[in-house]
Amino acid sequence: MIKRILLSVAGLVVGLAGYAEVPMKSWGNPSLEGQWDFKSATPLSRPEFWKDKEYLTPEEAAEFEGNIIKGRAEREQKEGEVREGLDGQADVDVGYNSGFLELGSRLDDSLRTSLIVDPPDGRIPKMLDSARERNRPYVEMQALSPAGPEMRSLTDRCIIGFNNNPIRSGAYNNMMQIVQSPSHVAIHVEMVNDHRIIPTKGGGAIPASTRYWKGFSTGEWEGNTFVITTTNFKQFATPYGTGPNVVLTERFTRLDERTLQYEYTIDDPETYDRPWTARQQMRRTSDDVYEYACHEGNYSMPLVLRAARKLEKSGQKDKNWMPSWHKRRG
Amino acid sequence: MTRILHGLVVGACGILVAGCASVAMDESLVNEEMPGPVSEEAGAPPDINGLWQAVGTAHWNLEGGHAIKGPATLVLGALGGIPAGHNYLDGGKIPYTEKAAAKRAEYRLEWSQWDPAVKCFIPGIPRQTYMPLPFHIVQSEQKVFIAYEWGSNSRIIHLDRPGSRAELPSWMGYSVGRWEGDSLVVEVTDQMSDTWFDATGTWHSDELKVTERYTPRGADHIDYEATIEDPKVFTGPWTIKLPLYRRVENGARLLEYKCVPMAEDAVYGHLRRGADVAEPTVKNLF
Repeated sequence: MIKRILLSVAGLVVGLAGYAEVPMKSWGNPSLEGQWDFKSATPLSRPEFWKDKEYLTPEEAAEFEGNIIKGRAEREQKEGEVREGLDGQADVDVGYNSGFLELGSRLDDSLRTSLIVDPPDGRIPKMLDSARERNRPYVEMQALSPAGPEMRSLTDRCIIGFNNNPIRSGAYNNMMQIVQSPSHVAIHVEMVNDHRIIPTKGGGAIPASTRYWKGFSTGEWEGNTFVITTTNFKQFATPYGTGPNVVLTERFTRLDERTLQYEYTIDDPETYDRPWTARQQMRRTSDDVYEYACHEGNYSMPLVLRAARKLEKSGQKDKNWMPSWHKRRG
Repeated sequence: MTRILHGLVVGACGILVAGCASVAMDESLVNEEMPGPVSEEAGAPPDINGLWQAVGTAHWNLEGGHAIKGPATLVLGALGGIPAGHNYLDGGKIPYTEKAAAKRAEYRLEWSQWDPAVKCFIPGIPRQTYMPLPFHIVQSEQKVFIAYEWGSNSRIIHLDRPGSRAELPSWMGYSVGRWEGDSLVVEVTDQMSDTWFDATGTWHSDELKVTERYTPRGADHIDYEATIEDPKVFTGPWTIKLPLYRRVENGARLLEYKCVPMAEDAVYGHLRRGADVAEPTVKNLF
C-alpha cells in the first residue's frame, strides 16, 4: 500500500513537472505559439520492409538516418551530370535539386516506423476503386499538353500547397508559425504563403454548396488540445485524393517548450475503407517563416504553356507532361 | 451606432467591384469577438483583435476624384465602373519628384496593364490594408499576425525585435512594431519595389519605408495612418489617413479570396491554346 502511494505521489510529481514545461497563455490555454519545423524522415505509411515493426530502436534509427544522409549526398554528387532515362527529361525533370529541396533527415521523436498510427499496421488504407475513378480525370489531365493553366495542378498554379491541410512533411517549405489570441488561432504555413484563422469557440456551419480551397474550419479546445475540423474543400483541393464529403480533423498539443504534437485524421468513406490517423512531433525553431511568393515568381507556368504552344505549332505530339516522380509513385 | 456602421459596411460592399465576400452563416451565431478598444488590464495595450476592413476607394485612387469607366465595364456594365472617391491624403497630393511623376503618368495611362494587383501580386503595405476585403488581426504579446482575405496574404509584426531588419526583401516587407500609448506603431521596411499604393501608377523604389499607426477610437473603429518615405521618388514624407471598421455582422469571419484563378486570364490568356492575341493583357511579365 505504501509502495502504491509512493508511486502515485511520484507519478503526480512527474506529471506536474511535465505540465509545468508547457508554456501557457495568460487566459489559461497552452501556448501553441512559435515557428515550427515539421520536416520528418519518418514515412507516412510504413514501408513493407519493416513488416509489422512499430518502433525502431535508437540504434536502428541512427542507422536509418545515416543511410538517408549518405544516399542524399551521393545523389547530390551526380546533380551536375547529364542523365538519361527519366523518360527523356533528364535533369530538367521537375526542376528541383538539392539547393531547393529541404527534406527531413531525422525520424520523428517517437521512433515510430510510420506517421500513421491508426490503422495499427501503420499503412494508409486502401483507396476505393470508385474513388480512383473519380480522381482519374484530374490525374490524367495533368499528363496532357495543357491548353491553359487550369490543366496544371493546383500546386503548379500556386493555389494550394502540397504540404498544407493537413500539414505534412514535403520536399521543401516545411515551416509554419502560430500566433494565438483567446478567440482565434492563426496558422501561417510557408508553402504558397498561406494561412488559416481558426475560431477557438466553434465557428458555425456553411451550406454544402459553399466551397473553399482551404476548406471551412471550426475549432475548439478539448482540454489542452486544440482541435480543428475542416470540411467544404473545393474539388481536387481535398487531402489525399479524398472526395467532397471528407472531414479533416487536426489536433495540436503542446508537449513541452520544444515540441508540438500534431495529429490528423482523414475520414471519408467515399475514398478510404476506414478513417486513418497520422501523428508527428513538430520541433520549435528560431528560423523565420519566409514569404514564399509562389504566384509572383511562377516562371514555370508561362514557360510550360509557351512550350505547349510551340510544340503544337511544330506539329509535334507530346503526351509526357506528367513529372516522372508522379509516375514512379503511381 | 452599430447599426449605422453595419449599414455603411454593407452599402460600401454593394458598390465595390470586388464586393465583400459573404456567405449564409448559421443565424444563431454571434460575433463573440467584440472587446472594447482598451484592455481592462492596467497598462496592457489596447485589444485590436478581430475582423477589420477599410471602406472606400483608397485602393483605386488615394487622391480621390469622380467616377470613371474601367476596363471591366465592357462586360460588367454598371457593376464594373470605378466609383467616385474621397481624398485620403493628409497633404492632398502625393509629392512625387518631377521625374518620378512623369513615370507615374506613363503607368497611369495604361494602369490596368501595369497594376501589380491586377495580376494578383501581393499588394504590399500599405495597399493591402485598404484592399476592399476584410483582414483579421490576431494579437499576441510578442507578435501580431494580420491575415488578409484579398489574395490570402498575410504578415507578421514583430513586437519583440526592435531595430531589426530583414535578411531579404519581400512583397509584404518586414514589420517591426511597438505600442506607443494606445497606438500600435509599425515600421515596414525591405519591401520589393514592385508594388503600388493604388491603381493610378503610384510606384515607389526599393528605399520605401512605411510607418503605420493603428489607433483605436472606439470598440468598432481604428484610425489608420501610413506615413510614406522614399527619398528616391518623393520630395518628402506623406501620410495616408483612413478609418478601419470592425465587421460586426453575425458570424463575421475571414473568408477566402484566392486571386490566382481570377488573374490567370489576364496573366496567361495569350498563352492559351487558340488564343487570338500574341501578347498578355498585362505588362512587365516574363
